[in-house]
Amino acid sequence: MSFLPYALAAWLFFVGLYGIVTSRHFVHLVICLGVTQSSTYVLLLAIGYRTGKKAPIFTSGVPVKVGAVDPVVQALTLTDIVVGVTVAALLLALVIEIWKRAGTVDPDELRRNRT
Amino acid sequence: MSRTARLALFAGSGLVLAALLVWGLTGLPAFGDFQGEYGWILNDVAGSERHVTNVVSAIVFDYRGFDTLGEEFILFAAVMAVALLLREARDERERPRDEVRSEAVRAVGLSLVGPTVVLGLFVIAHGYLTPGGGFQGGIPTAAGLLLIYAAGRYRAYRAASPQWLLDAAEGVGVAAIVAVGIAALLAGGLFLENVVDLGTKGTLASSGTIAILNTATGLAVTAAVVLLCHEFIEEVMYPE
Amino acid sequence: MTLVPLVVAVPLLAAAVLAAFGHFAPSRLDNAVAIAVTAAVTVISTVLVFRSSDETIHYWFGGWRPRSGIAIGISFSVDPLVASIAALVGALATAALIVSWDYFAERVPPYFHVLVLVFVGAMVGFVLSSDLFNMFVFFELMSVPAYALTGYRIEQQSALQGAINFAVVNSIGAFMLLTGIGLLYGRTGALNLAQIGQVLSRGPADGLVIVAFTLICAGFLTKAGAIPFHFWLSDAYAVAPAPVCILFAGVMSDLGVHGVGRVYWDAFSGVFARHAAAVTGVFVAVGLATALFGALLAFVQAGLKRMLAFIVISHVGVFLAAIGLLDALGLAGATLLVVADGFAKGAVFCAVASLARRTGHTDELAAHGLGRQLPVTRVLFAVGGVALAVLPPLAILGGHAWLRATFVVTSALTGAAVLRAGARIFLGFGPKRDPLLVAPPRGEEAEVPPTPRAGALLWTPGVLLLAAGLAVAFAPGLAQRAADQAARAVDRPALAAETLHGVPAPPREAGGLSPVRYAYGAAAGLLAVSLAALGLYRRRIPGLVERPLDCLKLLHDGVVGDYVAWLTAGTAVLGVLFAFLLRDGP
Repeated sequence: MSFLPYALAAWLFFVGLYGIVTSRHFVHLVICLGVTQSSTYVLLLAIGYRTGKKAPIFTSGVPVKVGAVDPVVQALTLTDIVVGVTVAALLLALVIEIWKRAGTVDPDELRRNRT
Repeated sequence: MSRTARLALFAGSGLVLAALLVWGLTGLPAFGDFQGEYGWILNDVAGSERHVTNVVSAIVFDYRGFDTLGEEFILFAAVMAVALLLREARDERERPRDEVRSEAVRAVGLSLVGPTVVLGLFVIAHGYLTPGGGFQGGIPTAAGLLLIYAAGRYRAYRAASPQWLLDAAEGVGVAAIVAVGIAALLAGGLFLENVVDLGTKGTLASSGTIAILNTATGLAVTAAVVLLCHEFIEEVMYPE
Repeated sequence: MTLVPLVVAVPLLAAAVLAAFGHFAPSRLDNAVAIAVTAAVTVISTVLVFRSSDETIHYWFGGWRPRSGIAIGISFSVDPLVASIAALVGALATAALIVSWDYFAERVPPYFHVLVLVFVGAMVGFVLSSDLFNMFVFFELMSVPAYALTGYRIEQQSALQGAINFAVVNSIGAFMLLTGIGLLYGRTGALNLAQIGQVLSRGPADGLVIVAFTLICAGFLTKAGAIPFHFWLSDAYAVAPAPVCILFAGVMSDLGVHGVGRVYWDAFSGVFARHAAAVTGVFVAVGLATALFGALLAFVQAGLKRMLAFIVISHVGVFLAAIGLLDALGLAGATLLVVADGFAKGAVFCAVASLARRTGHTDELAAHGLGRQLPVTRVLFAVGGVALAVLPPLAILGGHAWLRATFVVTSALTGAAVLRAGARIFLGFGPKRDPLLVAPPRGEEAEVPPTPRAGALLWTPGVLLLAAGLAVAFAPGLAQRAADQAARAVDRPALAAETLHGVPAPPREAGGLSPVRYAYGAAAGLLAVSLAALGLYRRRIPGLVERPLDCLKLLHDGVVGDYVAWLTAGTAVLGVLFAFLLRDGP
C-alpha cells in the first residue's frame, strides 16, 4: 500500500509518454506533456510526506515540536508547476502559428507536407 | 517511421524503462517515512531565523531564493517568447468580440471582479504567514482582471490593463528581485542576503526581504498571466 | 567574490529593464545595450578565470553557508574550467548580437534581445551552479528562450515545427532529469551536489542510484544531442536564425555534456568508484557512436545549417568520450575542446550568416560559385573548416591511441564537409549536382533576402572568434594549466570537504603532457583536405555506403512522436547497461 503514490507517479509518466508518441493533434500532445509532468509533482510531494505530520506552517499557538512534512519538496513543486505553465503556453503559441501556416496540427500530416 | 514501427519501438523500450523506474522507486523510503535532514533543519530554524510562519515561503524566497529568481525569469521568458511568436500584426477590425449576451451573467461576473482581485491581493500579502504567496496570489489577481473581458467588455478590460502598464509591471516585478539581490551586495552582504529589519513574526510587517520579494513576485506573476492570456485572446479566430 | 552573482544577475536585470521600458527606446538601443551587457559578462567571467585559479570560489547565495556539513542554501562553485566556459558563453553572445545588427532585414522586435539576454544568464548559471535542483532551474531557463528563438521565423512552417520538436523532446528530457533529482532527494535528503555525493558514497550502488543516474544522464544528453537523443537538434538548428545558431552550436549543446560531467564527478564518482571503468565504457561507446554518426550525416548534407548541426552532434560525441575517460586529462581536454571548438563553430556560423545575407542561400549546391565576391568570408570559412577538423584531436589530452585515431577520422570528416561546401560555394569547384548530398527540406533554407552590401559586422565577429579559438588551442602551456586545474577538480573528497566544511583542498598537479596531440591534429587536417577533394570529384557512390545512409536519413522525418520513442529507447538502453554494469554485488 505504501508504494501506491510512487506507482501513480510512474503510471502518469508513461501514460503521458504514450499519449505523446501516438498523438495525432498537437493540442492533445501538449496536454499529454502536462500529464507526464504531473508525475514529477506526485513524486516530489510523495517523497516529502511524513505520516501524521502537518503542513509546514507554524502559526502562533502550534508548537514547532509537533513536526511537519518536508517543506523543501513543496518549494521544488512550486517551481515545477511554473515550468509546466510556461512550456504549455509557449507550445500552444507555436501550435497556433503552425495551424495558420499549414492548416493542420497533426504531426503525421505535417510530415507528408514536408517532403 | 510508420505509426506501427513507432508504437513497437515505444512499447518495447517503454516497458523496459517502466521496469527500471519501478526498480528505482522501490529504493525510496516507504511512503510517509522520509527523514531528510534538509527539511528537518529548515522546519526547525526558519521561524526564528526569518520571522516567518510559512516555512515554504522562507525556502522559496530566501534559503533557495536563487531558484526562485530563475523561476521568475522562466515565466518572464515565456511571456516574451509568446509575444515574439504571436507578434504578427493583427487586423484591427478583428478585435475579440464581446460574447456575453445575458445580463445576469454580466452582472454576476462583473460583481466578482472586485472580490477576486481582493482575494488575490490577500493571498499575495499573507504569503509568509499562511498558505499562499506571490505565485499563488498572482493567479486570482490576474483572473479578476480577465473577468472584465470574460463577463463584460473587451474595451473595458483593455482600459483596466493597458499594454504599457502590464509590460512595465512585468519588467519591474522581475527586475526588483534581481535588484534586491544586488542591494544586498551593496550593503556588504552576499547576493539575496537579508539586510533589512526582520520585524515581528506573525504580522504583515515581518520576514524582511521575503516580504519584498513576495510582493515583487505577486506583481510579476499577475502581469505575466494577464499578458499571456491577452496574447491568446487576441488570437481568437471567428468562423466566417 | 562579489563578481560571481553578477555574471548571472546583470544579463537578467538588463533583460527585465529592456522588457519594461524597451518600447520607449529607439530600436537599435536594445541591441546596443544587449551587446554591452554580454561583453560585460565576458569580461567578468574572464576575471573569474584568473581569480579562481588558486582556489575554487564557493559562493553561497543569501549567505546560507552549510551548517555542520549540511548545505541549506544554493551555491556556485567557480573554478577556472567552468569560468572559461562562462566566458565562452559571453563572447559568443556578443558575437551573435553584433552579427544580428546587420543580419536581419526587418526591424527586430525587442523581445529578441530580451530573450538572448535571459538565455545568456541561464547558460552561465547552469555552468557555475553546484546545486542539482538549481541546475534544473537553469536548464529550463535556457530552454524557454531557446525554443522561442528557434521559432523566430514564424512565417516558415519548418521553423515552427523545429521549435515544437525541440520543446517537446527537451521538456521530456527535463522531466527525466527532475525524476532523477527526486529519487536522489528521497535517498539523500540533499540537493547540493557535494552533499549528495557524500551521502551516496556511504551506501551501495543499488537500483535507486542507478536509475537516478540513468535519468539524469538521459536528461542532459537530450540537451547535448548524443544519439539517439539527437533527433530534435538537426531540425532546430537548421531553422533557427544564423545569429542564434552561433549560441546554440557554439555552446548550448556542450552544456549538456558539462552537466553529465559535473553530476558524475560531484555526486556519483564516490558510489560508482569501483565501477568507473564500466562508466567509462558506456560513455566512450555512446560518444564514439555519436561522433561517427554525426560526422557521416554531416558529410552528406547540402544545407549548410543542417550540416553544421550534425557537426555539432559529432563534436558532442568527442566531448562526451573525453569526459567519459573519467580522469583529469579527460576533463581538461574536454574543457579545452569546448572552448576552442566553441569559438570555431561560432566563427563558421558567422561565415554562414554573411553568406546568407549576401546571396540569400545557405545551400551548397544552390549557392555554387555565388560566394566569389566575399573575400573575407571565404577565408573565414576555409580556416574554420580546417579548425573543425584539427581542434578535436588536438584538444583531447588522454585516451588510448585507437580512440584518438578514431576521432582523427570523425573530425576530419566534419572538417571535410565544410571545406567541400566552401570550395563549391566560394571557388566554384566541382559539379553543380551531387547525388550523394541531401537537399534541405522545402522552405528551410531561404532565410533572409539577399542584399548587395554585406556589412563587415557580419564577418568581423567571426574573425575574432576564430582567432580566439586558435589562441586557446595553441597557447603554450595552457593545456598543462588546464590539466593541473582538472586534477584539482576531480579530487572529489577534498572538494566536498572544502564545499561543506571549509577545509581548503590541496593544490594538485597533473603529469606532463605528450606533444603527440599535435601529430593527431595535423593528421586530421590533412585527411580533411583529402576527403573534401574526394567529396568534390568522386565519380560514384559506393553501394555499401548508400543504403545505410538512406535509412539514417529516413529516420530524421520531423515527426515528434518518433523522436520521443527514440528518447525512450535510448534511456532504456542506457538504464539496462548501467543496471548490469554498475550494480554492487550482494
